[in-house]
Amino acid sequence: MNGQVHPSLELRDIVIRLDGKPLVALDGTVAPGETLTVMGPSGSGKSTLLAYLAGFLPPAFDACGRIVLGDRDITDLPAERRGIGLLFQDPLLFPHLSVAGNLRFGLPRHMPDKTTHVRRALADVGLSGYGERDPATLSGGQKARVALMRLLLSAPSAVLLDEPFSMLDTELRDEMRHLVFSHLRAAGLPSLLVTHDQKDTAATRGRVIELGG
Amino acid sequence: MLRLAPLLIVALLVGPILAGLVMALLPAFGYLPALGGERLSLAPWRELFAQPGLARSVGVSFVSGLVTTTVSLVVVLLFLTGVSGSRLDRWIRRMVAPLLSLPHAAAAFGLAFLIAPSGLLARLLSPELTGWERPPDLLIVQDPWGFALMLGLVIKEIPFLLLMSLAALPQLDPGRRVILARSLGYRPTTAWLKVVAPTLYPLIRLPVYAVIAYATSVVDVAMILGPTLPPTLAVSVLTWFHDPDLSRRFMASAGAVLQLGVTAAALVAWWCLERLVSWLGRHWIDRGARSCAELPLRQAGKSLILIATLTACAGLAGLALSSSAGFWRFPDLLPQGFTTVHWLRALPSLSGPVTATWIIAVSATLVALALTLAALENEQRSGRRPAQGKLLSALTLLYLPLIVPQIAFLFGLVVVMESLGTRPRLGLVIFGHLLFVLPYVFLSLSEAYRRFDPRWMQLALTLGSSRQSAFWRVRLPMMLAPVLTAAAVGLAVSIGLYLPTLLLGAGRIATVTTEAVSLAAGGNRRVIGVWALVQASLPLIGFIIAVGIPRLLWANRRGLQGAP
Amino acid sequence: MPIRLLAALPLATMLTSPLLAAPGSADWEAVLEEARGQTVYWHAWAGDTRINDYIDWVKRRLREKHEVELVHVKIDDTGSAVSRVLGERSAGNHDDGSIDLIWLNGENFAAMKENDLLFGPFAERLPNFALTYPELNPEVITDFTLPTEGYESPWGKAQITFYYDAAELVDEPPLSMAEILAWTEAHPGRFTYPRIPDFLGSTFLKQALIALTEDTDALYSPVAQSDFEAVTAPLWEYLDVLHPRLWRSGRQFPASGPEIRRLMADGELTLAFTFNPAEPAAAVAEFLLPESTRSYVLDGGTLGNVHFVAIPFNSPHKAGAMTVANFLLTPEAQARKQDLSVWGDPTVLDVARLDEEDRARFEQTTDNPALLAPEALVDTLPEPHPSWMTALQEAWQVRYVGR
Repeated sequence: MNGQVHPSLELRDIVIRLDGKPLVALDGTVAPGETLTVMGPSGSGKSTLLAYLAGFLPPAFDACGRIVLGDRDITDLPAERRGIGLLFQDPLLFPHLSVAGNLRFGLPRHMPDKTTHVRRALADVGLSGYGERDPATLSGGQKARVALMRLLLSAPSAVLLDEPFSMLDTELRDEMRHLVFSHLRAAGLPSLLVTHDQKDTAATRGRVIELGG
Repeated sequence: MLRLAPLLIVALLVGPILAGLVMALLPAFGYLPALGGERLSLAPWRELFAQPGLARSVGVSFVSGLVTTTVSLVVVLLFLTGVSGSRLDRWIRRMVAPLLSLPHAAAAFGLAFLIAPSGLLARLLSPELTGWERPPDLLIVQDPWGFALMLGLVIKEIPFLLLMSLAALPQLDPGRRVILARSLGYRPTTAWLKVVAPTLYPLIRLPVYAVIAYATSVVDVAMILGPTLPPTLAVSVLTWFHDPDLSRRFMASAGAVLQLGVTAAALVAWWCLERLVSWLGRHWIDRGARSCAELPLRQAGKSLILIATLTACAGLAGLALSSSAGFWRFPDLLPQGFTTVHWLRALPSLSGPVTATWIIAVSATLVALALTLAALENEQRSGRRPAQGKLLSALTLLYLPLIVPQIAFLFGLVVVMESLGTRPRLGLVIFGHLLFVLPYVFLSLSEAYRRFDPRWMQLALTLGSSRQSAFWRVRLPMMLAPVLTAAAVGLAVSIGLYLPTLLLGAGRIATVTTEAVSLAAGGNRRVIGVWALVQASLPLIGFIIAVGIPRLLWANRRGLQGAP
Repeated sequence: MPIRLLAALPLATMLTSPLLAAPGSADWEAVLEEARGQTVYWHAWAGDTRINDYIDWVKRRLREKHEVELVHVKIDDTGSAVSRVLGERSAGNHDDGSIDLIWLNGENFAAMKENDLLFGPFAERLPNFALTYPELNPEVITDFTLPTEGYESPWGKAQITFYYDAAELVDEPPLSMAEILAWTEAHPGRFTYPRIPDFLGSTFLKQALIALTEDTDALYSPVAQSDFEAVTAPLWEYLDVLHPRLWRSGRQFPASGPEIRRLMADGELTLAFTFNPAEPAAAVAEFLLPESTRSYVLDGGTLGNVHFVAIPFNSPHKAGAMTVANFLLTPEAQARKQDLSVWGDPTVLDVARLDEEDRARFEQTTDNPALLAPEALVDTLPEPHPSWMTALQEAWQVRYVGR
């Protein structure tokens, strides 16, 4: 967002096993501003991979390999200290907070001038004046935009996208794709996209990996 | 710290119960050095079996437990077969929580006012229909067979089993199952009984066992509605424990152990009944009948549950009438005049017990809530879930205080506390209440907690929140409604507890429940009406707060309205 | 010999002081001083709201007058308090018991005294005890034939009093046990007595036994000294005939005296009895019973007794408890207790010997036709030895429970 240069996301010899059997194996680097797309049928371990990278691998699985952000090895860090942001299928706006409250949630705790950041972020996605609204009153597209801005305001070093457009209407999808990827590129963030949708891959202009099958 | 929570809960629930049982078992066989019992002997048992009317006490306890449970369960299942979105169904479902919060003693008083020969029902029909100019000499309340007792228990157990069933049903997706069965030609009620009921039962089995245990060993309801010559076993044991002749304590301990046996026997009998019904049920399903008494069953379910609900409400109305009645002769349906004098007289003596009730209930509930949240949060973080529906799991331990008869271990616990030099204090009573509040709080919160979408917490973490802060900033506010409901359940349980307050408080700590029950002997309906109404209203206040706070707090948050 | 442990020194020194302490004496001042700020747990039967309300008043007055905090521990059976003190002693609790004062008499007093569970003698040390003039009124120092020896302090009086609704029972009411039996035959289901072991019910058994047995003398010595079967045989014969004619055909009995009063109020009974001679009149005044209610005692008199308060040996607040016991004997407290609109329990003070001002407190202002004529209470039968009560209760339960 502020054009700051982020490190690349390195995935070194990652293997995730379930009951001893390898489920996912991955090795590679995602450059700053690049989006790596992971495709594959259900059960191929896409979601497990995302859960692992974000730090939520269920105890039934075990994994080896390293996750490195620039010069930081984050493999053993808890989720909240990895600096990896997530975008889900649903926008998942916290229902007990206002729109502005949702945006503030990701801001570092003692950051000065939070209000300005929030106002600027809302203006950025055409939602000026929506700050005190109840998220439940927003349209699907507005919610998706708030979720994106919340993610970016939390200043992650890398982003994981879990089929982020699959719940949107067809016409909204293209608009959101454009918005999300242009922001990720502008922010120079490395990102990993899990999807079924061929159109998503086109919008990323990046590499594609097929899992399983 | 969090990791210790489950262990703490188990130790807290199991420890006192085991200690209490041991201290009931030893004196039952003559061993209690403090009272001069130095050697093991069977003398307490011989004395126990020589008690007049013992067989009858045991019989009534055993039978009332089984009958109460059967009737309550059948009514609940029949109601559920026909449950639809009708206004009546919605009303009944809305009545579940307040009825559940109604203390047993208050419900029993209400019922007694309703069905007694001089009660509301007789007044309603007299003298026009019955010709009664004075109350008929009929043995209704406190009948020797325990019918009034069973009726009183059924009224209270129906909402409990209904709530437990309603909580378990969503995991079974009953709507789609019934549609599937109907597409195979089964009529709706038959379809429900064949495809939903068999899988629902295992999920509510432990609550059903808790009902059996409660009904076989209840003290306060039995004192109000139960037989008197002799009373039920649990009530007899209580009188023996309070006998000035201390040597009777040995016999009382034997009685407590016998009560444990009676409850166990009722559970075993129920288990056999379960086998039989499941065997018959399998055959019934296999035969493939598409329909069986559809309408009568559904109507029966609806009307029975309606009668039970209305009885409870009418009983409360009777309490309210009595508490403000002037001179009120039979067979006048309404008093000749209304007066506030009974309330004004009771007011000065109400404040102490009401305060004590709140202090105990709030403290026990807060501790229970903290432990429950800690255990559930630990479960989420470690990603481990206890096995559900299985008889031998950690969940069974939670049910321990609900399945072991109170009278069987509380006296032992008092002996343990006495020998530890613990004097009856408020803290001890709160601890005793915790034994019963904790399981209910845990059971009412755990489902909602486990169903809470894990992505909310993951989202909070990836936005940089620590686990601690995510719990306070995301989980707690979003789960405010179920947390407060669990708290209200905890309050209601604590407010209604009689025996633990009486025994651990050594009678020194008076709550509205102990006061109301001790007034029962006086038979003054005006005063009982006042106290029972106060007793009934306290947990209701809890529920109103539990429903009100989230509504108030989230008035501008549509996403949280009608949420979990 | 029992070891009596004393809570505090001033009391210990008192034991050696002269028996009678005059009001304002240094000893008594020391007790009051020590009592200040103490909380006294008084275990008292709480089945009647009128009594509870009276105790509430006592609580307020004690707070004002002596800065003693009184807690009424409401119990439905005095035996439970006795059992608690016994339990505490067997658990080695000799100086920090949970009970400071008990309302009791008869077999509970006998049981506690026999087991050395009482503190005392203390009654003679209460300044107001002198107002009972024990030398002229021996009933205030005798409890069910046993001398109290100062281990309990009198509080009130009771005498079996029958009452009926004159609008329904227009003829003369039954005046003896035999007449009651005949009356119930003509009016089945209209009379009953409280379930044993309720004390009023047990007293009815004793009343019947005194009237029916041939060997009345045997009742005034311990039951072990006589042939229980032979002495009580006429009683069981009587009850076997009576029970089918009682309320609910004798298959169920009311729990207590107040419940009997409630049954009278509901019109379920025509004839009833109470232990408090003023209760029917008080109930009429409160609109609980119809104005046509009348009271009487049986020909030849009815059982009467005095009830007391006692202090357990391990009470940690003995000074406070004595302050309460003394306050209960003040003309102010006794007159209020006797007031029909409060409780109606007869005083234990010798009213005729009080000074004029105090005597005036006891004058009944209401002329209530339901009130028993004072001369009726002259025929008071003394209570049998306490062991009879227990024996009768057990025998009754063996015969009639579980049938």
